[in-house]
Amino acid sequence: MTTDTAHAVTCAHVDTLAALEAEAIHILREAVATARKPVILFSGGKDSVVVLHLATKAFWPARVPVELLHVDTGHNFDEVLAFRDATVARLGLRLQVASVQSYIDDGHLRERPDGTRNPLQTVPLLDAITGHGYDVVFGGARRDEEKARAKERVVSLRDEFGQWDPRNQRPELWNLYNTRHLPGQHVRVFPLSNWTELDVWRYVEREDIELPSLYFAHSRPVFERDGMWLTPHPAVPVKESDAVVTKSVRYRTVGDASCTGAVESDATTVAEVIAEVAATRITERGATRADDRLSEAAMEDRKKEGYF
Amino acid sequence: MTATDTRATAVRPSTSLLRFATAGSVDDGKSTLVGRLLYDTKSILADAYEAVERVSHARGAQTVDLALLTDGLRAEREQGITIDVAYRYFSTPNRTFILADCPGHVQYTRNTVTGASTADALVVLVDARHGVVEQTLRHLAVAALLRVPHVIVAVNKMDLVGFAQQPFAAIEAQLAAHSAKLGMTDAVAVPVSALEGDNVVERSARTPWYGGPTVLELLETVPSADDMAATASDSWRLAVQYVLRPQDAAIRPEYREYRGYAGHVAEGTVRVGDPVVVQPSGRLTTVAGIDTADGPLTQAAAGTSVSVRLADDVDVARGDLLSSASDAARPVKNFHAHVAWLAERPLRLRERVLVQHGSALVQAMVVGIEGKLDISLPGGTLDASIVPGDELELNDIGVVTLQLASPLAIEDYGTHRRTGAFCLVDPHDGNTLAAGTARAAVPGTGVDGYLTI
Repeated sequence: MTTDTAHAVTCAHVDTLAALEAEAIHILREAVATARKPVILFSGGKDSVVVLHLATKAFWPARVPVELLHVDTGHNFDEVLAFRDATVARLGLRLQVASVQSYIDDGHLRERPDGTRNPLQTVPLLDAITGHGYDVVFGGARRDEEKARAKERVVSLRDEFGQWDPRNQRPELWNLYNTRHLPGQHVRVFPLSNWTELDVWRYVEREDIELPSLYFAHSRPVFERDGMWLTPHPAVPVKESDAVVTKSVRYRTVGDASCTGAVESDATTVAEVIAEVAATRITERGATRADDRLSEAAMEDRKKEGYF
Repeated sequence: MTATDTRATAVRPSTSLLRFATAGSVDDGKSTLVGRLLYDTKSILADAYEAVERVSHARGAQTVDLALLTDGLRAEREQGITIDVAYRYFSTPNRTFILADCPGHVQYTRNTVTGASTADALVVLVDARHGVVEQTLRHLAVAALLRVPHVIVAVNKMDLVGFAQQPFAAIEAQLAAHSAKLGMTDAVAVPVSALEGDNVVERSARTPWYGGPTVLELLETVPSADDMAATASDSWRLAVQYVLRPQDAAIRPEYREYRGYAGHVAEGTVRVGDPVVVQPSGRLTTVAGIDTADGPLTQAAAGTSVSVRLADDVDVARGDLLSSASDAARPVKNFHAHVAWLAERPLRLRERVLVQHGSALVQAMVVGIEGKLDISLPGGTLDASIVPGDELELNDIGVVTLQLASPLAIEDYGTHRRTGAFCLVDPHDGNTLAAGTARAAVPGTGVDGYLTI
């Protein structure tokens, strides 16, 4: 016991990050305690990395008593997949992978004309939830990401088709989280609901959390499409009209390579990223996610269909 | 927008967190007020603002309609209404804010109760031209019932009454009378124009007769409920969520036999060495240690998540409540409560429900429905506003008596905001039916006593 830690907790109730951490740990413990078979959606992206980190703290000194699930679009960045596997091995956890590619290979899903595979993740995700019998599914979604998410509960009931019904949500009262559901239904649980992008980065800094290198500025050949910097990738063929240039870029989100763009950046450390995020004038999804630009209600539509 | 510099300074690590909710009737300008708070605190990013600008102009508006910043779902945009509580996030150099934006017309009680249950402060909108209306009284009654620590009444549309003092003073006097009857000590009125930005973030030059703070100044300075709960008294409460007993799953061999009780400190400050009572069993022991993944602590205040070790090998499970022994919670099997009924189907006498309280879930039966709140009754106090009845419908607030299948350490909500709160859950489909605040276990309390709010 040092004086410093005592002081830290004496002041904890006035500090935003400590309050958000305590809330997320409370949510994780509550949902795991009431689950039959919980799972954390883990992609290696920063939000899911933070959820997993919080789970290690919530269940300390035991290993995280939850499996991990990744819906791999087949277009994920190699660096992120390597990071994912290293993290799973370090924590001694079990990872299940649902593969969009195998759904395409056997004809259950068809490639979209625009090449993006994010909307294709829904079916493999729901099949994995049903197949493994998961009843509590943790995700890293935050309410500040998007208008439809701003209205979703921390504990979000999904029907047999994984659908979210925004007009028929359970009231969420005090810090009493209701995870009960009927057979066939499941709940999605979002411990980072009240975090902003900046909170996530500040927490990464405070906790010294390791992230995939793509989040930091690096030199990379890129080309501009729809106002985003995309990297040449088998999923994103370079057209003759595309001018490939080498730039210092970083990723604000690390999803499917076909629809996740990089931003020009010189931020090579967490502190520099925080300064950059604090000064930014464009929202996270607006800058880097082509699938959210499809329409004003793009996210709402995907959530209703059972998306994350 | 010159957001860059302000936002960069708005992220100091030592900011405190405040949760607040907004409530208003249709056309009180609530969305505009929220938009104004977000815009004037430089919390709107360029692409979000440009999208609103585009839509405003497409609809033929001359100025940018800040209310559009808060439109969420497609149906809301199409119908120009708000359906559900939406959460917004913004910060100033002093504080970060979580705003629960509660719609005024569709299921207002359900939404206001939801938003207010977690709120440190409630901002109630009043139209300066119309003054205190029935809806205002409902919002104030909900705030009183849920004991929201701070109520800020934004008297909006001051631009439409020429920023005159008289209409504001009249409304302020009405509010003071009502809040006194409701037992609310911390309700303040602020004259604002959300549309033009007066007294929302910036002080207005057009209300020289008003010397008080702006809405944001109030939000930046009021203490949060956790701050107040941490220092309120010597008593503390912690509901056991999870028994940490790693065995083979220990991250290191020395933790194999570890046994700790994980939970969130609901109230007060727990210290190592404190005598503790485990409820409902009533067993007495001592706090041997307080642990977190970051290391052991000597004490933990309300709002922190910890693991507590106990000195004796007593039987403790999820659902138990740890209390300071000096002022321990007392388990009860019957209690009175206010409930806000939030389900489509009505609540009837003898109905079986589940009571969710802290981490406990217990079967219960509704053995009494004394009546429901009618804020239009003269008198104005909550006690005087109960009309007899034997059924509660959606959005009714009623007084009920519950009989529990097994005892719970449920306490009076007036003195214990966390351990006095509970939900009613449908035993068949698991849906949340009601928000409840207990008026329980005060010795000698009869039917007449539990309404003293």
